[in-house]
Amino acid sequence: MSQDQEQHEQEGPSAVSNRTMEMSVAAITFVLGAMVIYDSLRIGSGWGEEGPKAGYFPFYVGLLICLASVANFVKGMGDKSGDSFVSRSQARDVLKVLLPMFVYVFFIKFLGLYLASAIYIACFMRWVGKYSWGKVVTVSVGVTVGFFLVFDTWFKVPIIKGPLEALLGLN
Amino acid sequence: MEELNSLMGGFAQTMTWFNIALMFGGIILGILVGVLPGLGGANAIAILVPLTFGMAQQPGGQVSAIILLSCIYWGALFGGAIASILFNIPGEPWSVATTFDGYPMSQQGRTGEALTAAFTSSFVGAAVGVMLITFVSPIIAKFALKFGPAEYFAVYFLTFAAFIGMAKGNPFKTVVAMMLGFALAAVGTDTVTGTIRLTFGITEMLKGFDFLIAVIGLFGIGEILQTMEEGLAIKGAEGKLRFQVVWETWKKLPAYWLTTIRSSVVGCLMGIVPGGATPASFMAYGLAQRFSKNSAGFRKGEMEGVVAPETAAHAAGTSALIPMLTLGVPGSPTAAVLLGALLIWGLQPGPLLFVEQKEFVWGLIASMYLGNIVGLIVVLTTVPWFAMILRIPFSIIGPIIIVICAIGAYTVHSSMLDVWMMLIFGVIGYVFKKLDYPLAPLVLALVLGDRAEENFRNAIKGSQGNLSAFFSSGIAATLTTLGIALMVWPIISKFFSKKG
Repeated sequence: MSQDQEQHEQEGPSAVSNRTMEMSVAAITFVLGAMVIYDSLRIGSGWGEEGPKAGYFPFYVGLLICLASVANFVKGMGDKSGDSFVSRSQARDVLKVLLPMFVYVFFIKFLGLYLASAIYIACFMRWVGKYSWGKVVTVSVGVTVGFFLVFDTWFKVPIIKGPLEALLGLN
Repeated sequence: MEELNSLMGGFAQTMTWFNIALMFGGIILGILVGVLPGLGGANAIAILVPLTFGMAQQPGGQVSAIILLSCIYWGALFGGAIASILFNIPGEPWSVATTFDGYPMSQQGRTGEALTAAFTSSFVGAAVGVMLITFVSPIIAKFALKFGPAEYFAVYFLTFAAFIGMAKGNPFKTVVAMMLGFALAAVGTDTVTGTIRLTFGITEMLKGFDFLIAVIGLFGIGEILQTMEEGLAIKGAEGKLRFQVVWETWKKLPAYWLTTIRSSVVGCLMGIVPGGATPASFMAYGLAQRFSKNSAGFRKGEMEGVVAPETAAHAAGTSALIPMLTLGVPGSPTAAVLLGALLIWGLQPGPLLFVEQKEFVWGLIASMYLGNIVGLIVVLTTVPWFAMILRIPFSIIGPIIIVICAIGAYTVHSSMLDVWMMLIFGVIGYVFKKLDYPLAPLVLALVLGDRAEENFRNAIKGSQGNLSAFFSSGIAATLTTLGIALMVWPIISKFFSKKG
């Protein structure tokens, strides 16, 4: 297994180094910690009439995030291994899934969840998997109808619908 | 023998056709999600929790609902072994040690033997764990009835300290992940004073972060992204299983009785500690190798090397439910999601559950016995189908899993914002996993945050803000001291290893 991994890691140039990622993530968590501290101080992190105020506990949570983030930042800065976080080809593969995912979620609101899902599965199969249109339509429509039967008909959970359901009178 | 009577009552309650059908359904779903990337036990249960709202409101429905969810848990435990043995892909972290000998065995054409050994050992490990639950949890629950806020916070503290102390990598990353979980849990309305906090003026943040969304994103979407990066080709053996092979293997297994007992003990002890299943499987593997007559055969396809980790992982996975049921402190992300489900159904996990919801508790425990028997039957008879599902190319199964996650996230509150949050948690999960930030403490802190904080505040209220509250009673002092010791353990051990 390790051999495969090594081979994979050597695939192409690095998109971003581990060191950069470690430092960036530590910086982000530090900012988040600072935000928690800031808001805790705003609502009061001390002792009120009824015992500890609402900001008492989060204040220390924020403080610990900040302190540990500093430690992670320093540790990340000292990383001299030159290891890659993700290679360019890997990053491309990940974005191939991630970007369509955002587009899919964006369109749920307008198309309804079922129609958007069918289109998403179809596009993914066609674009990434290069399947024939026949297979693409069969799987995407079949799966979505299956989901509709399970969630809408059987469990009766309310799921966001769009123009297609209105047209078919399934609302 | 009060326990046995209660258990019999539990069996009587569980043995309805509806519940047995739910068991089969849950186990099959569980194996499926244990086999597929991006759908582990934790997030499959998270996706199904909203579907159990209705079920849990009917009389006796809470038992049915927990049977469905806990059987998914057992199924996922079984399913992890299938992908490990056939494809060298550990479906769950605790199946990593199973690949060491399971995959070589399958390469040598002994797939049937490896699978049978794995499933049977899993079953034995789980059975030992369930027996422990039956007889030990009522005692712990009775003991815990005397707990006040200081003792409870000390238990939480011990749980989280164990995560820091037992972290394999950088303990500061564990601290960051855990505290982010607490911070997310604090967002919204403060449960004690009603103050609105950490929303930064954004109205949507008022309702806070739901752990179900976090679990679906972190584990589901995060894992899909990682799978995509690691490449999509799956190569591996056929998953055929003939009854004759099963029978032959069963005849060989009793020879490993000592390994089985040792691994069960390791598993049960480690399972009570949070995050225990994975280290337990490795530890049991290491011990088996050290004491085996065939040490040299390990990592080359030795059956004992499959028996040991599988027994331990299941014993641990099962006994992880003891602290969840008796104290309300889950030992793993999956147990945390189960705990969250109980809270949503209006049950309070903890010692009072054993007094006030006797029927529920014993129904659940009885279902564990039955669920594991059902699991063994199902898994032995259906392996070839699951092996086939594993062969479905990722470009088909990937988008379907993403759609399932999206539906799951949406159904929690019928809110699109949750689906967006799921995507963000997915990216966080991917980056965190790659940088070795542990996700389990984050999820546990998110689930337990409000309760931990409440107990903390009530405890120090009594002592006027003095932290001595956590040393005020014998139990609290012991637990707190143990927690501190666990937390500084890495520093101590580092110090000594440098000297040595």
